[in-house]
Amino acid sequence: MAYSEKVLDHYENPRNVGALDSADSNVGTGMVGAPACGDVMRLTIKVDDNGVIEDAKFKTYGCGSAIASSSLLTEWVRGKTLDEAAQIKNTEIAEELALPPVKIHCSVLAEDSIKAAIADYKQKQNVTETSAT
Amino acid sequence: MYYFDNNATTPLDERVLEAMLPYLTVAHGNASSAHHYGRKARAAIDTAREQVAMLVNAYPAQVIFTSGGTEANNFAIKSDVTQTGHLLIGATEHASVLNAAKSLQTRGWRVDTIPVNHNGVLQFQDNLLQNDTRFISVMLANNETGVISPIQDIAQASQQRDIIFHTDASQAAGKIPIDFNLIGANLLTLSAHKFYGPQGIGALITDKRKVLEPLLHGGGQEKGLRSGTENIASIVGFGKAAEIASNEINTRFMHYKDLKQQLETYLSSLDGLEIVAESVERLPNTTMIVVDDIKGETLLLGLDHEDIAVSSGSACYAGKTEPSHVLQAMGYSAEQAHNAVRFSLGKEQNAADVHRLFAAIKKQLHEMRSLALAVAI
Amino acid sequence: MKLPVYMDYSATTPVDPRVAEKMMQCLTMDGNFGNPASRSHEFGWNAEKMVDEARQQVADLICCDPREIVWTSGATESNNLAIKGAAHFYRKKGKHVITAKTEHKAVLDTCRQLEVEGFEVTYLEPETNGLIDLKKLESAIRDDTILISLMHVNNEIGVVTDIAAIGEMTRSHKILFHVDAAQSAGKVPIDLQNTKVDLMSFSAHKIYGPKGSGALFVRRKPRVRLEAQMHGGGHERGMRSGTLATHQIVGMGEAFRIAKLEMDVENQRVFTLRQRLWDGLQNIEEIYINGDFEHRVAGNLNVSFNFVEGESLIMALRDLAVSSGSACTSASLEPSYVLRALGRNDELAHSSIRFTIGRFTTEQDVDYAISLIHDSVNKLRALSPLWDMHKDGIDLSTIEWAAH
Repeated sequence: MAYSEKVLDHYENPRNVGALDSADSNVGTGMVGAPACGDVMRLTIKVDDNGVIEDAKFKTYGCGSAIASSSLLTEWVRGKTLDEAAQIKNTEIAEELALPPVKIHCSVLAEDSIKAAIADYKQKQNVTETSAT
Repeated sequence: MYYFDNNATTPLDERVLEAMLPYLTVAHGNASSAHHYGRKARAAIDTAREQVAMLVNAYPAQVIFTSGGTEANNFAIKSDVTQTGHLLIGATEHASVLNAAKSLQTRGWRVDTIPVNHNGVLQFQDNLLQNDTRFISVMLANNETGVISPIQDIAQASQQRDIIFHTDASQAAGKIPIDFNLIGANLLTLSAHKFYGPQGIGALITDKRKVLEPLLHGGGQEKGLRSGTENIASIVGFGKAAEIASNEINTRFMHYKDLKQQLETYLSSLDGLEIVAESVERLPNTTMIVVDDIKGETLLLGLDHEDIAVSSGSACYAGKTEPSHVLQAMGYSAEQAHNAVRFSLGKEQNAADVHRLFAAIKKQLHEMRSLALAVAI
Repeated sequence: MKLPVYMDYSATTPVDPRVAEKMMQCLTMDGNFGNPASRSHEFGWNAEKMVDEARQQVADLICCDPREIVWTSGATESNNLAIKGAAHFYRKKGKHVITAKTEHKAVLDTCRQLEVEGFEVTYLEPETNGLIDLKKLESAIRDDTILISLMHVNNEIGVVTDIAAIGEMTRSHKILFHVDAAQSAGKVPIDLQNTKVDLMSFSAHKIYGPKGSGALFVRRKPRVRLEAQMHGGGHERGMRSGTLATHQIVGMGEAFRIAKLEMDVENQRVFTLRQRLWDGLQNIEEIYINGDFEHRVAGNLNVSFNFVEGESLIMALRDLAVSSGSACTSASLEPSYVLRALGRNDELAHSSIRFTIGRFTTEQDVDYAISLIHDSVNKLRALSPLWDMHKDGIDLSTIEWAAH
């Protein structure tokens, strides 16, 4: 399998590896994929009061393309509003990393992970708001 | 020893050896492996595939590597094996086509031959075709006589009736220009060792019109059509030999033609022998003679004493001394067929070599006939 | 040290320089380039002589009669010829064939082809150690069983089948026994005089010979008959037509000669290196050996690293030429079918690495591999959410994953 320079770069030097405190109500977590399929991504985002993603961390079990997709995603979502982040398409990730057709699913997974993290954050916010009233 | 049996096999071109060497020793990956060594092997195969495709003006994707001409012929003939029907082959085909076709008879196929005339030229007529004729196999050039088949009418008839048309170009490649598309065949056989490549490697060129049934099952190499770890060094050698042949085809053709002309002019001066198919188009390097009164085997041994290596026909009937089926199909008697000798020239040979060959033939014929005369008296 | 370090000797081996030297003598004008079937001149005779010598060398390693050797283009062709050839010839006797799920594709795919042709094939499940239970094998035998095909040494996990015992069984049931010995020749002693194997496949490029060269042993007494799969000039006593590639065959002969000469010493050396590798790796957490550790060929180590994904591991080990699963299938992203047949779950099958050590592997290579693997596994686990969960004491099998 020939990897693109960008995939190799993210694989060798993954950005924003780790996890944010999921107990924090401003943190949303998205975990997608399954071990049996060969990839699991866990993305955590921290959202500030203005609805802007101020921090994002990931951990990924998967191939080089999966690792690169999630690493790239953390770079992209930082500084974006939730609405902007939700607009990120897998095709953009695939294009940026020059993923071959057999690896497109890695970018799909990355898109799924940010959507899942946003949903988790929003749910938490709802719960917090509800309990506050 | 002087070698005039280049239709049996050719020595490897030194440039081909040079290209092969790294793949025998240093670069030793399995082309199916994902790592560095495997990828290098894969790249080498890709290059060779382009070189082989170029030789016959095909696309690289149309090249399926095999272990040689025999396998490619078997693969072609049996590629439609799940069906049954009628199969036509030329009367003077190589054993690998003849016997592969015969083997299909046990699977319900009917096999007929296209006759040849006294010059070995195919006499194809539409009435040889039957309603369920599914496959025709005809060689591009004959290994024994060198006769080049006129196959346009067969290709045309095949296309009109949706018949698979295969041509064995093992002997023709590297000696005459071949254009897969112009020929109009669906399948074409190549063998590397007939044009200064290594033994044990060949290819089937396909137009991908039909789904082929693989002959060898396994790891799914060659897009599932030919399993088995790729023989990289030999594939590289095949590619290099094809590249050199493509570049040199015109000079080789003229060179052969001059030498053959010279040889046949010499031979015409001798009594009691006939040049087979003299008046028709033949490979530029191949001359077969039938001597009136001397067995081919005897003349071969005589020439061996003169350090000259020739053969009585096909090397491929291992260990058999049956007279050539090719000559018999052309209407020669079994006795005449026993008296055949084939000279096939090589690209490195020159006028002096040909003269040496002729001188040896002349001397041996003279001695043998004097001896025969003496015995008779 | 030359990078990448080659530890994929079961995929293929470099040609031994002594073999290459011999092969080169059979190629060009000043060598034995002739067609061994040419009966009319010295070029042909010399080539034939070289081929005969090679036939004897191959026979010597495996203790059989040289007339029992049929040259082929490799083990894939040998397996095809043995299985289809025997099945076609003996089809009137019965149409049932037994093999195992862990066989090489060349056997499995050929058996699938037989099924298409109307044969029935039983694919035995191995035990979790990769070996076939002989009792289960015997109970799979039916009245119409004509052939059992099992490999001597598994290409992925290196486990060694007890072919002597199975030979006794097949002979007493009057069933033909074919053994794919591509991975065992030169590594495990083979004595066909005293082992009741009827057909055995060999490959040259797995033991430092050239690619594209193989052989099939076809027993003469009791005589085994085959239907040829490649027809033509009637070479190899009609069993396999096609011009014999002299240099290839001579290379295979030389490789087998060297193997016979050096096998004992080499096995010991390779075994020591394999142990050194395992000693260096076994303290990694959550590492699993695939296949039986005792009944195993000296140079093979196949391990799975839990919570690390296989492809990313291979990527991290770029400077180490190893394989995940069989080389013949690794172009696809399927987890190894051999490991799955052993009952390994997909994750462990995905994260398996096969190290195969051979003639030119050094201690330095092994030490380099050990340190690279430690670093890579650590790095990838630091990236792995599964590893975190494992460390937090979460049992991953209890989680419902949203499969995509």
